[in-house]
Amino acid sequence: MITILIFLSSGLFLGWSLGANDAANVWGTAVGTRMIKFKSAALICSVFVILGAVISGAGASHTLGKLGAINELAGAFTVALSAALSVFWMTKAALPVSTSQAVVGAIIGWNLFSQSAIDMKALTKVMGTWVFSPVLSAIVAAILYFAVLALLKVWKIHLIRLDGITRVALLAAGAFGSYSLGANNIANVMGVFVESASELFTSFNIGSVFTLTGVQQLFFLGGAAIAVGVYTYSKRVMMTVGSGIYHLSPITAFVVVLASSIVLFLFASKGLKEFLVSNNLPSFPLVPVSSSQSIVGAVIGVGLAKGGRNLNLKVLGRISLGWVATPLIAAVVAFVALFIVQNVFGQIVF
Amino acid sequence: MLFNRAKSVEANIEKFLENILKASLIFEQAIKDYFDGNMENFDMRKEEISKLESESDSIRRDIKHTLYKELLIPESRGDVLGLLESLDDVIDTSQNVLVRFSIEKPKVWNQLKDDFIELSAVAAKSVEEIVSASRAFFRETTKVPEHLVKVHFHEHEADKIEVRIMKKAFDGDFIEKFSEKVHMRYFAERISLLADESETVADKLDIYTIKRSI
Repeated sequence: MITILIFLSSGLFLGWSLGANDAANVWGTAVGTRMIKFKSAALICSVFVILGAVISGAGASHTLGKLGAINELAGAFTVALSAALSVFWMTKAALPVSTSQAVVGAIIGWNLFSQSAIDMKALTKVMGTWVFSPVLSAIVAAILYFAVLALLKVWKIHLIRLDGITRVALLAAGAFGSYSLGANNIANVMGVFVESASELFTSFNIGSVFTLTGVQQLFFLGGAAIAVGVYTYSKRVMMTVGSGIYHLSPITAFVVVLASSIVLFLFASKGLKEFLVSNNLPSFPLVPVSSSQSIVGAVIGVGLAKGGRNLNLKVLGRISLGWVATPLIAAVVAFVALFIVQNVFGQIVF
Repeated sequence: MLFNRAKSVEANIEKFLENILKASLIFEQAIKDYFDGNMENFDMRKEEISKLESESDSIRRDIKHTLYKELLIPESRGDVLGLLESLDDVIDTSQNVLVRFSIEKPKVWNQLKDDFIELSAVAAKSVEEIVSASRAFFRETTKVPEHLVKVHFHEHEADKIEVRIMKKAFDGDFIEKFSEKVHMRYFAERISLLADESETVADKLDIYTIKRSI
């Protein structure tokens, strides 16, 4: 068990950094502008991230599994560690970075090192989704923005009551956003371990009603790591988001969080995908996407809906750079790390 | 719970706005009574405004307490209280003007009587519009600008009447003493101050409304 935990540690570290950084995408505005207390946000966020990871986390992980079936625990450890290191370095160098893109890059690094064939279909699907997800967020945000505007015009709610409603709406959107974040991004944290570690956890029943499979227990651990990240480090990131980068009005914040949560959910929920497919509607590939890019997409969408004055081409450039630079850097780091772990530490990595 | 408290604050805000409106109507009547020499009525109306003023003060404190303690997103909180405080200055001004009338007892000149009554009516209209603008701010921000335009219009009209009174007082030969001419100028300025206060609220409301646009 201890060996497993040591090997899982790199994934748990990724989870921690996800909780520290990405929770702020969902809760930053609300907490940073003191609409919601950090304590409430952290609690709701942790609970819903774990629920999302355990209940709906399998879909996106499955796609990562297709990209690279990492069959050895040491290999998975190294891949997750390489992704984590890439994220850490790029963050330090103030480069735009997404955990999702780093993990995929690191998996490609493993594929190259182990000389496994890369599933080009899966890779194209993943990379296409990265470009598509912020665009979709922008579209959803613009639609929601106009819908909210129209509703407010019709309802003429008193400012005092509207603020109460906004607060409740922000809590609900935050809970949904956290669930979607857990469902979509747990694949980044624990996806690479599914193949090699899930069989080490045996299924167990809770009150003979629920059964937690090995994978779900793995995701629970990852979710818990995210929660630790939320509690220990996310507050300062939230304060920065709330007071600096995106200064949004409370209602716009609600629109942005809801839009990006919907997009994250679309790319994570198996149930929704099956529902869409069975009704002959276009469905979405289940792929871990970047919550930061999704939020930025939504902010741009609202900006365009307001008349396009807020469009910052620099931000768009940084996102595009992230799509290319992050996976490349992570792939190189993973390749080198796998070489070291195999040849210096004598571990079997594939 | 949250919505019950919201409801009570909404009711308080409405009551507060009603008081401001009532005070402006009473003010207009009080000035008319003074220039008609109906001092009994004037005193009664002065008392009414004084009561409304102290009632509004306590409503405003009540709202402030609830907003800061348990309600409202910090972003809007400051603006709402800022608005209520500036509106409170409007009612304070109307009370002050009446108090000065009752202490200094300016002489009534028939040549200026209609101008003073017209000035107080225009000033009261500006208050009426700022109250409507404030109501719109709480429920339907798109309607705020049209009321603000009217506030600015009435303020400008008040300025014109004020200048007219001053010119008549200083250019005409019906007032002999310089001190009495100055006294007339002083009261024209005082009444006009009510419209100026409304315009100050309008300027603030303009910004608050932009901030509220989502």
